[in-house]
Amino acid sequence: MDQERVILSQERFALTIERLCHQLIEQFDRFENACVVGIQPRGTLLSDRMCERLKALLNIPNILYGQLDITFYRDDFRMHDKPLVPSATCMDFLVEGKDVVLIDDVLYTGRTVQAALAALNDYGRPRSVELAVLIDRRFNRHLPIQADFIGIVVDALDKAYVKVEWAQRDGEDRVLIFADKKDHQP
Amino acid sequence: MPQASALSVPHLLGIKDLTAEDIRLILHTAATFKEVINRPIKKVPSLRDLTVANLFFEDSTRTRVSFELAEKRLSADIVNFSASSSSVKKGETLLDTVHNILSMKVDMIVMRHPAPGAPHFLAGRIPASIINAGDGTHEHPTQALLDAYSMQEQLGNLEGKKIAIFGDILHSRVALSNILCLRKLGAQVRVCGPPTLIPKYISSLGVEVSFNVEQSLRWCDIANILRIQLERQDIRYFPSLREYALYFGINKAMLDRIDKRIVIMHPGPINRGVEVTSEVADSEHSIILQQVENGVAVRMAVLYLLAGNR
Repeated sequence: MDQERVILSQERFALTIERLCHQLIEQFDRFENACVVGIQPRGTLLSDRMCERLKALLNIPNILYGQLDITFYRDDFRMHDKPLVPSATCMDFLVEGKDVVLIDDVLYTGRTVQAALAALNDYGRPRSVELAVLIDRRFNRHLPIQADFIGIVVDALDKAYVKVEWAQRDGEDRVLIFADKKDHQP
Repeated sequence: MPQASALSVPHLLGIKDLTAEDIRLILHTAATFKEVINRPIKKVPSLRDLTVANLFFEDSTRTRVSFELAEKRLSADIVNFSASSSSVKKGETLLDTVHNILSMKVDMIVMRHPAPGAPHFLAGRIPASIINAGDGTHEHPTQALLDAYSMQEQLGNLEGKKIAIFGDILHSRVALSNILCLRKLGAQVRVCGPPTLIPKYISSLGVEVSFNVEQSLRWCDIANILRIQLERQDIRYFPSLREYALYFGINKAMLDRIDKRIVIMHPGPINRGVEVTSEVADSEHSIILQQVENGVAVRMAVLYLLAGNR
């Protein structure tokens, strides 16, 4: 395998997000009792994009939307060399009794989602929580966590690295896979 | 956004040991904790596997409650200790006391002590992380950090901003930590008080000295007013409190004579009617209670970052 390969090009990328939005509409109708919660820092890039698209598709001015930082809830705190620098949490509503769509870019070990569920508890008891992700790396899960809405499934070895690039940050929307984490220069 | 994601030090002994980047990292992290403590559920699980001992060999209200709340909101287990009700009275040494507490598996120590350098003495001898919560007349780093955080909330970046510190500079650990912290963040600092309460050679820290309160108020963007520390004054530094209040106390009439809005800060406890009148302390100029709120967020940030370094 090459060192890096594009697995989702710009056109397919847009199409995939479009499909995810339609699936959410199918499930939550006009989002009367639903809210969208993006996981900081990278999940919010996807949730920002999806919220804009959902509002356009449904022709509604607003969707209840929050950005959740899970740094303080991680179970691997102090296993890294350095403390993790948190991003901002921006949740100005309670999720009590609501249907929550949790959004992240890549589902891999499941630990981020576990931390997000713990963090979400501090904002009330939701009626339900569902998970939408752009990439599902279904091998190497550490916890019994699955996504309900999936952009694409990627089967890759543990040493591979999947990178999601965004137009507003990296110049182009696309998903790359690196055969070896070491080849990836962040 | 700070570049670094870890502090360059294993303990917080004083502002002197921190780099400007360390200070920015702490202040940035504190902002996210301020959001946490304003939630309906104010607790996060970051330090749930750590035990913190609060050792207070000297009286404290704000600092102690603030540290305790910060630890609880990070889910740490805590033990409290105050010298007045302990075996210190029976003659146990500081090192023995701390070793005994550590053998009960304590990971971090928050310590206030009347002797300058006490936390520095411990730092080389015990394995726990130490946070200095005030050592005599030397340093009070978390107070300086929360002051800087509160100032940033008012003014944004402190580079080039004018901060005046009024009062008992000679005995104040808050003054020294504030000066070091503000200078590292690029602010201009002036100290103002009676000549007897301004240390010699203080200008070597890069601060201006003034003996004129009204002129200094006119100069500054923020006035940080310190308490007259009668308990540390072994000789008379001024004739009477009344005379001090008359010449160096800050009152409403002075603020009204200045044609700009300046922010009034005080680390507490306030001697009302001495260094500042009640009218000023309770006015819209004052952010004294915001300082106290920010204290919890800043201390959470310090605990969180030091725990991450362990």
